[in-house]
Amino acid sequence: MVSYPNAKGILDRDQRTLLKERNYQMEAFGNLLMGFQIALSPYNLFIATVGIVLGTIIGVLPGLGGANGVAILLPITFVMPPTSAIILLSCIYWGALFGGAITSILFNIPGEPWSVATTFDGHPMAKQGRGGEALTAAFTSSFFGAAFAIILVTFFAPLIAEFSLKFGPPEFLGIQMLTFSAFVGLGGGSVPKTLASIFIGFIMAAVGLDIISGQLRLTFGTIELMRGFNFVVAVIGLFGIGEILLTVEEGLELKGIQAKVDWRTVTRTLRELLPYWRTFIRGAIIGSWMGIKPGGATPASFMSYGLAKKLSRNPEKFGNGAIEGVIAPETAAHAAGVSALLPMITLGIPGSPTAAVMLGGLMIWGLQPGPMLFKEKPEFVWGLIASMYTGNVIGVLIVLLFVPFFAAILRVPFAILFPSIVYVCAIGAFAVNNSTTDIWYMMLFGIVGYVFKKLDYPIAPMVLALVLGDMAESALRQSLIMSQGSPMIFFASPISAVLVIASILLVVWPFISSHLHRKRAV
Amino acid sequence: MRKADIACGLVLLLLGGLVLWGSLTLKIGWGLNGPEGGFFPFWLAVGLVICSGVTVLKAFFRGSSYTDRPFVRKGGWVPVVKVAVPAFGMVALTEAIGLYPAAAIYLAVYMRWIGRHRWITILLVSILLPVASYFLFDKWFLIPMPKGYWTVISGLY
Repeated sequence: MVSYPNAKGILDRDQRTLLKERNYQMEAFGNLLMGFQIALSPYNLFIATVGIVLGTIIGVLPGLGGANGVAILLPITFVMPPTSAIILLSCIYWGALFGGAITSILFNIPGEPWSVATTFDGHPMAKQGRGGEALTAAFTSSFFGAAFAIILVTFFAPLIAEFSLKFGPPEFLGIQMLTFSAFVGLGGGSVPKTLASIFIGFIMAAVGLDIISGQLRLTFGTIELMRGFNFVVAVIGLFGIGEILLTVEEGLELKGIQAKVDWRTVTRTLRELLPYWRTFIRGAIIGSWMGIKPGGATPASFMSYGLAKKLSRNPEKFGNGAIEGVIAPETAAHAAGVSALLPMITLGIPGSPTAAVMLGGLMIWGLQPGPMLFKEKPEFVWGLIASMYTGNVIGVLIVLLFVPFFAAILRVPFAILFPSIVYVCAIGAFAVNNSTTDIWYMMLFGIVGYVFKKLDYPIAPMVLALVLGDMAESALRQSLIMSQGSPMIFFASPISAVLVIASILLVVWPFISSHLHRKRAV
Repeated sequence: MRKADIACGLVLLLLGGLVLWGSLTLKIGWGLNGPEGGFFPFWLAVGLVICSGVTVLKAFFRGSSYTDRPFVRKGGWVPVVKVAVPAFGMVALTEAIGLYPAAAIYLAVYMRWIGRHRWITILLVSILLPVASYFLFDKWFLIPMPKGYWTVISGLY
C-alpha cells in the first residue's frame, strides 16, 4: 500500500477532472439555454429579421457586401444593447451570404468572391428554367452548411476559450502572425504585394495616439491625422466605393433570369437533394475547417466544388447545370462564413473582413474581445451563438419566400442605384465619428481600393491589419517588455513556439512550392 | 499594367520612406518602459519599403512576362470618372450645404446626366431618398448628419 501513494491520488484527480468536465458541459448547456432565451426574445427576433432582410439586400446590391454593409450599419448599433447589436450585425452577415447566391444564380454575378463557384452550375440551371430549383438547392445547402458549423462552434468555442485563457502576449502575437501568414501562404497572390498590404494596414493602425507611450505618432503635424484612420471608414471606402468604381468600369449589364420559388418546387427539390447527402457533409466539413483560417471561404467553396466534381458519378454534367455543383460550394461557403466567427469570439482574431468589422464593433461597444468574453459576458457570447441558430432559420425562410422581391432590386436602373449606394456609404462613413473629414477619407480609400484591386493587392489582409493593429502592437511590445528585449520569448513557451514556426513556414511555403514545381517541370 | 504597377510601387515606396522618417523622429530604440513609440512603425516601414521595392524591380525587369492587358480598358475610365467626380462634388457640397441637400443635388445630376431619366422620376428619387434618410437618421436614430452652413444661416433644422 505504501508503494502506491500516488495511485489513489491520480485516480482521484482523474475523477475530479471527469466531474469537473461534466459540470462544465452542464454549464455550457445551461449557458446555451440562456442564450436561446436572449435570442428568442421578441425584440431580438425582430432585430434578427431586420438584419436578415437588410443583409440580403446588401448581398444582392453591387458594391455592397457583408463587410461594408456591416460597417455602414455599425453606427446605428451604438444605441442598442451589445447583444442585440451583435445579433443585428451577424444577421446582416448571414443575409449577405444568402443574397450572394441569388445574384450568382439569376444574374451570373457573384456578389462575393466565394459565390463565384456557385455561378458555374447555378446560372446554367437558371437558364434552363430551373432557377427555382437552383435557388432552393443553394439556400438549403447554405442552411445545412451553416447549421453544421454552428454546432461545431457551440461545442468548440467554450473549449478554445478555456484553453486560450492561459495565453499571454507572446501566444497572442503568435496567433496573429499565423493569421497574417495564412494570407501570404494560402492567399495565392503575389507575396510582396500581400505583405505590402499587411504592412500598410498595420502602419495605418499606428497613426495617431500611441496607446502605450501616449505619444502622437506619424501625424506629421496635422490635426486630421491625430485621430488616426478609422477601420469602418476604410472598409466602406475600400469595399464599397472601390467596388462601385470597378463595376462601372466593367460596364456591367444586368440580364437577370426570372425565377419563382413556390412550395411545390421547394418540396420537390428537397426530395431531389436527399441522395446528395455526401456532398452536403463533405462541403460542410471543408467549409468549417477552411473557414477558421482567414480568407478561407473562397478557397473552401472552390475546393468543395472541385472535390464534388471529382467524386461525382457524372462529372460531365458539371458546368451545365448539375445540382451538385450548387450544393458543394454553397455548403462550404456558408460553413466557412460561420466558422470564421469561431476565432473571433474565442481569441479575438477575426477570420474574415466582415468578422473584423464586427470585432471592431465589439471594441466600440466597450467589450474586450478574447477568451475573457466567455467569463465576463456569457450572455453576450451565448446570445450570439444562439442567434446563429435563430438567424439562419429566419434567413432560409425569408429568402425562400421573398426571392422575387430581392431579385427585383437589381432591376432598379443603375443611374439610380449607384448614386444611392454612394450616398448611403457617405452616411455610414460620417456617422462613425460625426466628421466630414471621414467622408473625404472614404472617397480616398475608394480610389485606393480601386487601384489595389486592379493591381492584385489583396484588400482583406489590409483591413484585418488595420483592425488588429493596436492589439498586435501591444502584444509585441508587452512580450518584449516581459523578456527585456529578447525576441527568444516567442520560443519560450511551446504554444507560441509552434505558432511562430508554423507562421514562418507558411510565409516560406510559396517559395518552396514554386521551386518544387519548377524542378518537376524540368 | 506594368507602368501602373511601377507607379503604384513607387508611391508605396515613398509612403514607406515617409513613415521611416516619421518613426525615426519618434525614436525606435529601447526606452524607459520597453520599446519606444517608433519601434513598431519603423520595422513595418522597413517591410513596406522592401516589398514595394521588390514589386517595382520585378515589374521593371520582367516587363515581358506581363500580359498586354492595360490598366484601364480603352475608354473604360470615362464611366469611372463620371462616377467619381460627382461623388467628390457631393462631398465638397456637403461641407457647405449639408449632406441631405448635397445628396439631392448629386442624385438629380447623376440621374439626369448618366441615366437620362424622366424629370418626374428624378424629382421623386432625389427628394424622397434624402428626406427618408433624414427621418431615419436624424429623427429616429438621433445621428445628426452634417448640415454645413445651414445652421448658421437659419434655424431650419
